[in-house]
Amino acid sequence: MKKQWFTISVYSENNVGLLNRISGIFLKRHINIESLNVSKSEIDGVSKFTVVVFTTKEWTRKIVAQIEKQIEVIKAFYHTDDETIYQESALFKIASRLLFDERQIQNIIKDSHAQIVTVSREFFVLAKTGRREEIDAMHDLLEPYGIMQFVRTGRIAVSKAEMRISALLKEFEHK
Amino acid sequence: METLKVKHIKTENQTPLRISGAEALIHCLLAEGVDLIYGYPGGAIMPVYDELYKFQDRLTHILTRHEQGAIHAAQGYARVSGRVGVAMATSGPGATNLVTGIADAQIDSTPVVCITGQVSRHLLGSDAFQETDIIGISTPVTKWNYQITKASEIPQIMARAFYIAKSGRPGPVLIDITKNAQFDELDFSYAPCKAVRSYDPLPKPDPRAIEAAAALINAAKKPYIVFGQGVILGQAEAQLKALVEKAGIPAAWTILGLSALDSNHPLNVGMVGMHGNYGPNLLTNECDLLIAIGMRFDDRVTGDLNTYAKQAKIIHFEIDPAEINKNVKVDVPVLGDARESLEILLPKIKKNRHEAWHEAFKKKYAEEFEVVIKNDLHPTKEGLTMGEVVEAINQATQSKAVIVTDVGQHQMVTCRYARFSQTKSNITSGGLGTMGFALPAAIGAKMGAMDREVVAVIGDGGYQMNIQELATIFQNQTPVKIVVLNNDHLGMVRQWQELFFERRYASTVMTNPDFVKIAEGYYLKAKRVVKRDELKASVEEMIQSKEPFFLEVKVEKEDNVFPMIPSGASVSDIRLK
Repeated sequence: MKKQWFTISVYSENNVGLLNRISGIFLKRHINIESLNVSKSEIDGVSKFTVVVFTTKEWTRKIVAQIEKQIEVIKAFYHTDDETIYQESALFKIASRLLFDERQIQNIIKDSHAQIVTVSREFFVLAKTGRREEIDAMHDLLEPYGIMQFVRTGRIAVSKAEMRISALLKEFEHK
Repeated sequence: METLKVKHIKTENQTPLRISGAEALIHCLLAEGVDLIYGYPGGAIMPVYDELYKFQDRLTHILTRHEQGAIHAAQGYARVSGRVGVAMATSGPGATNLVTGIADAQIDSTPVVCITGQVSRHLLGSDAFQETDIIGISTPVTKWNYQITKASEIPQIMARAFYIAKSGRPGPVLIDITKNAQFDELDFSYAPCKAVRSYDPLPKPDPRAIEAAAALINAAKKPYIVFGQGVILGQAEAQLKALVEKAGIPAAWTILGLSALDSNHPLNVGMVGMHGNYGPNLLTNECDLLIAIGMRFDDRVTGDLNTYAKQAKIIHFEIDPAEINKNVKVDVPVLGDARESLEILLPKIKKNRHEAWHEAFKKKYAEEFEVVIKNDLHPTKEGLTMGEVVEAINQATQSKAVIVTDVGQHQMVTCRYARFSQTKSNITSGGLGTMGFALPAAIGAKMGAMDREVVAVIGDGGYQMNIQELATIFQNQTPVKIVVLNNDHLGMVRQWQELFFERRYASTVMTNPDFVKIAEGYYLKAKRVVKRDELKASVEEMIQSKEPFFLEVKVEKEDNVFPMIPSGASVSDIRLK
């Protein structure tokens, strides 16, 4: 079966040990976590893990089943890129003098729709939100001029289809 | 959630009980109906042991001689009684010594709650004396674990621990309690846990799936049932029997399913898997419908998946959604408790007999009998076989005993030949294959079923992995019967070396001590059998003994267990010799 990108969304109780449990499931099967994001979700007190993997659908299905089996996991889903709206964010720290010495940089900022977060005498910081390839392209353009620091977040994603967590939790309340 | 007043606590004028965390823990155990725990004291769990001392009239603590002994005893107790086993240990090495048993309980779905002491909260992460991250270590092998750092957490977390351990597909739970939480006081009240919102232990069977299953069963010409421990854990033995009889379906078992259906039942066709029976393995690839009930298609059962039951439709009755389509793709998964599902299924099943299909199993059995079974049970050669010892135990116990086995050749032979007339009677380390399991598990099994005969059958290798538990047997005068089948080898590894490594016997020859003297050193009655004519009377004497009894049987050194499916081969490639 062919490998592709999958976004795994895990809704869980906010529990300290759960990240360890979930990452262990990937580790055991030698499946690399390409990116990981943990945040609050649309429901009070419910956390959301967003995990990106590059593997087969079969493996993704099995991994999601193992994740759902964990006591504190409310529900887990997996989606292909076509089934999600997803983004990443990146920060670039660049020497301020380059703004004046290298006029091309201003064009790069404009063309890539990046935001200037802060400017000081020594450096300025650019923020870019978008798809991985857009951020990579901007990185490649800036690299020749020298990037002092670079960091990128994990993917955050929402699914096009509904993930019925609130209904699930309501059902439980009525049991 | 409603708060139940705990019966055994005198709560005068309704004020909550102000007690220490350690005492609260004992009240939690009592409220969960625990009257027996296994463990080993040490620094970080001492406040709890101090309370155990005060409560010894209501809660018995069995001091094993190693924490691994404690957890295996708790497993044996749980498996035989269907209750939650409890093991306790201190922090650091005490906790890590539990890990093998926890992993064993996880893979064999055994409900146990482990309680470990931990250094005080302010010392966590400081590499304090006997500090170890047991939560991190046990995470991959527990159904759930939790570190309690505040006394006030104890009632709710303990209630949750017991609920999670025993509900749905059971498993081990570890609760780590820092020493400050044991000393500090809390206002105690206890409410049993009835649900956890992120956890659905009992998925409701889908009526459409059951309809589809019934249709397949009613249409099948050569249906075949393979059942596992899910039948025992789900208390579905009667429903399984009813299905087998109504639809006339031959049924085989995995080693953890063994004893769920009477060994003498005419439709019980034997064991599947690597050393299972000939027919049950071969005919897996001839049936037109495979009905898997409460089993998980372990690789030791299926052999090569690419050639496993490819011709058949497959129905899978299973409680754990993660097991559906994990190893074998099935046509009809029926998610849910085995008993509940089978009860809905049964009225939809048409009566049938499938006589010609039974004949196929009988024919294969006759072939296996001629080449293997006859020589195992009624040998004509001089040396004793493991099989004839098991047969002698069957006769002496009228097939009513609980039989506990370790791991290796003796285990396979015992599972093949032991006869059972009651459920929850075969206690063995299946999934993990833990040598050293049997002796302590037999202690727990006996204490979990005091009215039953408990016979541990162990190899000379595994016996020495937890031999120190003879002291636990002696101290408690636990009347278990211990049979060591001594071939002076790590027999199963030696067999593989003979068959697949050109007889290079790397580290499988054992120079053994005098096992009888060792048992006698623990003041146990002990006997050795070296000749066939001594066997029956010695086994009889052992079974008649009211006290613990050790019996060493010197068996043939280089016997092999057959039939055998070579590792990675197809069930069709099963070899009789």
